[in-house]
Amino acid sequence: MSKVMNSFLEAVSDIQDGATLIVGGFGLCGIPEKSIEALQDRGVKDLTVASNNCGVDDAGLGRLLVNKQIKKMIASYVGENKTFEKQFLNGELEVELSPQGTLAERIRAGGAGIPGFYTATGVGTPIAEGKETKEFNGKTYLLEEGIVGDFALVKAWKADTLGNLVYRKTAMNFNPLAAMAGKITIAEVEEIVEAGELTPEEIDTPGIYVQRVLLGTDYEKRIERLTVRKA
Amino acid sequence: MTETRNSIVKRAVEEIQDGMNVNLGIGMPTLVANEIPDGMTVLLQSENGLLGIGPYPVEGQEDADLINAGKETITTVPGSSFFDSAESFAMIRGGHIDLAILGGMEVSESGDLANWMIPGKVVKGMGGAMDLVVGAKRVVVIMDHVNKHGESKVKKTCALPLTGLSVVDRLITDLAVFDFTEDGMVLVETSAGITIDEVKGKTEATFTVSPDFIIR
Repeated sequence: MSKVMNSFLEAVSDIQDGATLIVGGFGLCGIPEKSIEALQDRGVKDLTVASNNCGVDDAGLGRLLVNKQIKKMIASYVGENKTFEKQFLNGELEVELSPQGTLAERIRAGGAGIPGFYTATGVGTPIAEGKETKEFNGKTYLLEEGIVGDFALVKAWKADTLGNLVYRKTAMNFNPLAAMAGKITIAEVEEIVEAGELTPEEIDTPGIYVQRVLLGTDYEKRIERLTVRKA
Repeated sequence: MTETRNSIVKRAVEEIQDGMNVNLGIGMPTLVANEIPDGMTVLLQSENGLLGIGPYPVEGQEDADLINAGKETITTVPGSSFFDSAESFAMIRGGHIDLAILGGMEVSESGDLANWMIPGKVVKGMGGAMDLVVGAKRVVVIMDHVNKHGESKVKKTCALPLTGLSVVDRLITDLAVFDFTEDGMVLVETSAGITIDEVKGKTEATFTVSPDFIIR
């Protein structure tokens, strides 16, 4: 059975108020632009979102922030977003900062059925507050918990009709992890091919993790910091 | 680049050896990449999923799908590889990165680092810094010795929230170079024209002077 859907609004139609979402991307690179836009149109509220960043004021997850659809954000770096800063400082937005490697592993673990793991990251820092610790070979480690999402929104380069995904360059980032950790994973891509047209060797995310596949068009792919050299 | 920054960056590049896998933090550490001598094979890691960062692209060749951790457009070098964020931090946390060069707001005499948060001010987040400081084989911090009010950033204990506890191996400032050892903080170099007394006067932390101390 093909996992391909035609409407982004239909693909996000069962995401309810209060849902937990895991969203791929790093900055504005490899973000599921079209699913985010559809969620903005749908207007669901009180979302908990785990994603490395929270977009910028008018792009990526920033669109949901401006619309006050996010109740809680789990992220590692949110420095590019004024709306975020404002909503956090006036108490509208709950924030759980998680170190980037810990966040990646929490999402991977969630998708891999591992409820928690120990890491040295964050020992002796504010993020260790309230967390269980354990010593291994004389060194202290923190217990961190896996994250599972009701839905995951991911962006890949190509998909086949069975949901096998291939990513492009550094637009991969958190996407393969997010794909694993969603109870329902919605993947948007720039090209969809028939099953069999991607070779088994080239597949990054096996289709078993992916429930819905959509073709996105007119990607903005905004560059946050254009840096070039003279030819 | 100011002369101060330039001297710190030039000193930092000497930490890099042929064959190393290196992670450079955002800001001043990124500038170290431009100073790596030709002929050295060094793979620069970008924690968003690339080992083998190349120079900035030629104008018009930029690719939105190819950025570094500072969200700048980049290229790749021959022999580079892409991977997901969990794999990236497996490399970092698992001790496979030879050297991390990071910026700092405060460093304490026991090698604690604060570089991610000023309470009550802007919320930004730690990004990958907390993972890098515990995972890289060697952590070198580069920063100005004093802040804009002339106060020492090299402290007895950090006043700002920590990024990591006893994680710094070496600190390079515009005035001096310190190592953090089992015997405490040790002054190993001063910049040309800087006396030990001047460093002491501008350093809140307590340190000893290495028997191998040199003036550069």
